[in-house]
Amino acid sequence: MSKTTQIKEEVTIKFAGDSGDGMQLTGTLFTNDTALTGSDLATFPDFPAEIRAPQGTLAGVSGFQLHFGSKKIFTPGDEFDVLVAMNAAALKANLGRIKKNGTIIANTDGFDKKNLRLSKYPDGEHPLENDSLDGYEVYQMPITKMTRECLKDSGLGTKEQDRGKNMFVLGFLYWRYNRSLDSTIQYLEGKFSKKPKILEANLKVLKAGYHYGETTETFTTKYKVKAAPMEKGTYRSIMGNQALVMGLVTASKKAGLPLFYGSYPITPASDVLHGLAAYKNFGVKTFQAEDEIAAVAAAVGASYGGNLAITGTSGPGLALKGEAIGLAMILEIPMVIVNVQRGGPSTGLPTKTEQSDLLQAMYGRNGESPLPIIAPNSPADCFEVAIEACRLTLQHMTPVVLLSDGYIANGAEPWKFPKAADIPEIEVNFVPARDGNEAEPFLPYKRDERHVRGWAIPGTKGLAHRIGGLEKEANTGNVSYDPANHEYMTKIRQAKVDAIADYIPAQEISIGPDEGEVLVLGWGSTYGVIQAITHELLAEGHSVAHAHIRYLNPFPKNLEAVLISYNKVIIPEINNGQLCKLIRDKYMIEVIPYNKIQGVPISNAELKHFVKGILEQAAVPV
Amino acid sequence: MDNSEPATRNPYFMSQLPGGGTVKLKAKDFASDQDVRWCPGCGDYSILKQVQSVLAELEADKDNTVFISGIGCSSRFPYYMNTYGMHSIHGRAPAVATGLKLANPELDVWIITGDGDGFSIGGNHMIHALRRNLDVNILLFNNQIYGLTKGQYSPTSEVNKKTKSTPFGSLDHPINPLALAMGADATYIARSMDRDPKHLKQMLKRSHAHKGTALLEIYQNCNIFNDGAFFTFTEKASKPETTLYLEHGQPLIFGPEKNKGIRLDGFKPTVVDLTEGTYTQDDLWIHDEHDQMKGQMLTRFFDDPRTTEDYLPRPFGVIYAEERPCYDDLLFKQLKAAKEQVGEGDLDAMIAGGTTWEIN
Ligand SMILES: Cc1ncc(C[n+]2csc(CCOP(=O)(O)OP(=O)(O)O)c2C)c(N)n1
Ligand code: SF4
Ligand SMILES: [Mg+2]
Repeated sequence: MSKTTQIKEEVTIKFAGDSGDGMQLTGTLFTNDTALTGSDLATFPDFPAEIRAPQGTLAGVSGFQLHFGSKKIFTPGDEFDVLVAMNAAALKANLGRIKKNGTIIANTDGFDKKNLRLSKYPDGEHPLENDSLDGYEVYQMPITKMTRECLKDSGLGTKEQDRGKNMFVLGFLYWRYNRSLDSTIQYLEGKFSKKPKILEANLKVLKAGYHYGETTETFTTKYKVKAAPMEKGTYRSIMGNQALVMGLVTASKKAGLPLFYGSYPITPASDVLHGLAAYKNFGVKTFQAEDEIAAVAAAVGASYGGNLAITGTSGPGLALKGEAIGLAMILEIPMVIVNVQRGGPSTGLPTKTEQSDLLQAMYGRNGESPLPIIAPNSPADCFEVAIEACRLTLQHMTPVVLLSDGYIANGAEPWKFPKAADIPEIEVNFVPARDGNEAEPFLPYKRDERHVRGWAIPGTKGLAHRIGGLEKEANTGNVSYDPANHEYMTKIRQAKVDAIADYIPAQEISIGPDEGEVLVLGWGSTYGVIQAITHELLAEGHSVAHAHIRYLNPFPKNLEAVLISYNKVIIPEINNGQLCKLIRDKYMIEVIPYNKIQGVPISNAELKHFVKGILEQAAVPV
Repeated sequence: MDNSEPATRNPYFMSQLPGGGTVKLKAKDFASDQDVRWCPGCGDYSILKQVQSVLAELEADKDNTVFISGIGCSSRFPYYMNTYGMHSIHGRAPAVATGLKLANPELDVWIITGDGDGFSIGGNHMIHALRRNLDVNILLFNNQIYGLTKGQYSPTSEVNKKTKSTPFGSLDHPINPLALAMGADATYIARSMDRDPKHLKQMLKRSHAHKGTALLEIYQNCNIFNDGAFFTFTEKASKPETTLYLEHGQPLIFGPEKNKGIRLDGFKPTVVDLTEGTYTQDDLWIHDEHDQMKGQMLTRFFDDPRTTEDYLPRPFGVIYAEERPCYDDLLFKQLKAAKEQVGEGDLDAMIAGGTTWEIN
């Protein structure tokens, strides 16, 4: 039978299996290859909290979602066109989100009695054998058996053979989407260059999967997704934590300061530590401390010593760091605190995403302790935001909080990356040495017109002075319990943070009219979904715009003017309404929250439905 | 040491000043212009004075010397020193100092802590600082009480201590700081007291000379909330019977007439009378600072002479000292090695990563 090729504008694939099935790798490799074809894409890995949850159970299902297309892609997609289910649990956990008439590729070897029992199908019920999958296009493939068959002469044990089954799936999908195997072959050759037997086995299974598609008669159609219209340039695929790491290293070079990173492992921030630790040849000093308190305290010490000091963590770690961040705040030394947010409170949902630390970043310290807060809106945006956080901290002598989240951290997208030479330098001025003949004494807490004090670091001649967490006398920095001085210092530290508004860009409207019925206002990882629905609603003729806040404290100076240009402001957040609180408090403007607190991103459909509802309310004449 | 990459733009590091020479300073030059606010009679005064005089004798460069403290009466110390200093937060001084030393390993870094600061809230950081062995000095002001918060018992207080927070007596067994330090594989531990300035000075110099984390425990009298806690070791009448001054290579001898010694009976240290005729100096334990096993044992000379009949005397001096690579040196070596292995970091190469594609 001849095979036909169908052109598709966009496709969403979900790879799902046991956490030991290698679905993250399969998804990543397919994503990398997709990027090479020039399609736009967005990904969403979704893993269980346990490293190896009990095999075959629903709790152990690990997933990787990829949405790609020949048009601009904003999100990883609500529902999938294709589900790869390596076992019964993977099918059960994802069935609800397959599109009508969608495709299911099921590894029949993952549907034996034991699998069915572990995934809690009632006795005697077999989803591949009853009518439960009617309406879907189901391909049943004995992937484990075929992999073993393929490797029977490889000399590998069954366990090792079975590890190859994800390569079979990958090969099959490469056939189905008209791809070549080159990028993956290259990857495997690099990875197993010292293990020729494993390399050979992987290549063999990969090709077997491909040929299986080609030769098996049931598969009559191949699909092709063309390149998306993207800006000219050189691209790579990038994940959020990766971009963050590279942004920090770049800032260190641009500021001419060694980077010091103090951290204690925590999901989903650990990859920032891992990433930076690999860049020792850039002079990056990573310090894995005994806890988060030590990590931030060491960063305080490193900053005092003149390094670009960063400390990174997730919500629970930020809670521990609070007191030392307050110290850095009152010392008025530079430091970036990276918080890759996850579901909270307490240990919460470690592997799930949430935006629920905005108020902690804003208020989570004792005393009057305002800090600038800045948030990236996508994986690639982490690069620029990391540099910007470093610029703010170094030029305004205040700790800065950078709020990423699990969705951004582990999501991937194509990135038209900049040239290092095009990234501006970050100016750093240490207080110069003194020889004692100056007319004025050295005043460590003397301020410039931005209320910023100088950075005087130990080892500088003639500047020996003492600083600390006790309230300081203005200018001298000596300990002071004077009531009026405390009020003055409290206000001036606030004024220093507020003044940053003069040094950041104005709030822009990302898309839509400058005034109108509804403004959808977001921050952080909701960017993609808000963009997507705003595009659609605009196309449908609605009066709607999208603005996304990067600078959460202080807000851009024109934000109020932007907000009052619309009749209604909707704020979608993956929390219980934290930005809403800040906006209401600051501007006394009524806003409409849209909150999802399920550890997952907001979907297109639900947000569009909600915003449309508000737009239609407005349209009803009174 | 390669501390220069990426090149720091501060052209004012001491080492980079032409000549780099310093004027010889006196002890009083190390005193800041701030009024010292400890209670009159507090043991902290003596320690402050000895540190200032030791720095003068060492011809220390005040612009290259940093005191980092936590919180407590003792932790006010940096404010009184005319050097760089940071009064940080409760218990965290070792961590702050770690970051500072890793930022600039050329600095002479001193950590000032109390028994509460260093062994209660900051116990964890203390353990890890000791095992990492950065080249810093730790001065532990042990007064067996929380001074600043007005007299609650501390983790080094004896059992059944009656304080405001323990009117019926404290229940918890005290920490033995130096034994804990040995457990953390400290490379240097020593003990001294506020009331023996000469010995204290000697110990400050020795500790400063140690390459690695040097923990010096100083018995300090808090005359307001725990007056006399160490008098049995510090006052003339009892001192000769209760204290054992250690010297490397010398036998363990103490007593008013140098009439007693410590002899190892198998693994059991026992006090022997040297005047009786049974034992001579040749039978005694000879102090070897580099012997870790014996160092452990010496930290266990921890009896309270006031309540124990056959007590062992309390050792003062350098109990243990070893050379072990310092974390700061290792880090800079690793940075250098990484550069040699994979070459100087190139931003463009990093940003582009492995696989790229063109959109035309
Ligand atoms: C986080 C925090 N908890 C509690 C305190 C209160 N506090 C300050 S000093 C101190 C105890 C100090 O004892 P120690 O370290 O022995 O110092 P000393 O005053 O005896 O020299 C306490 C509990 C504090 N400052 N910070
Ligand atoms: S309370 Fe005790 S330790 Fe504190 S200053 Fe007074 S005497 Fe010294
Ligand atoms: Mg104390």
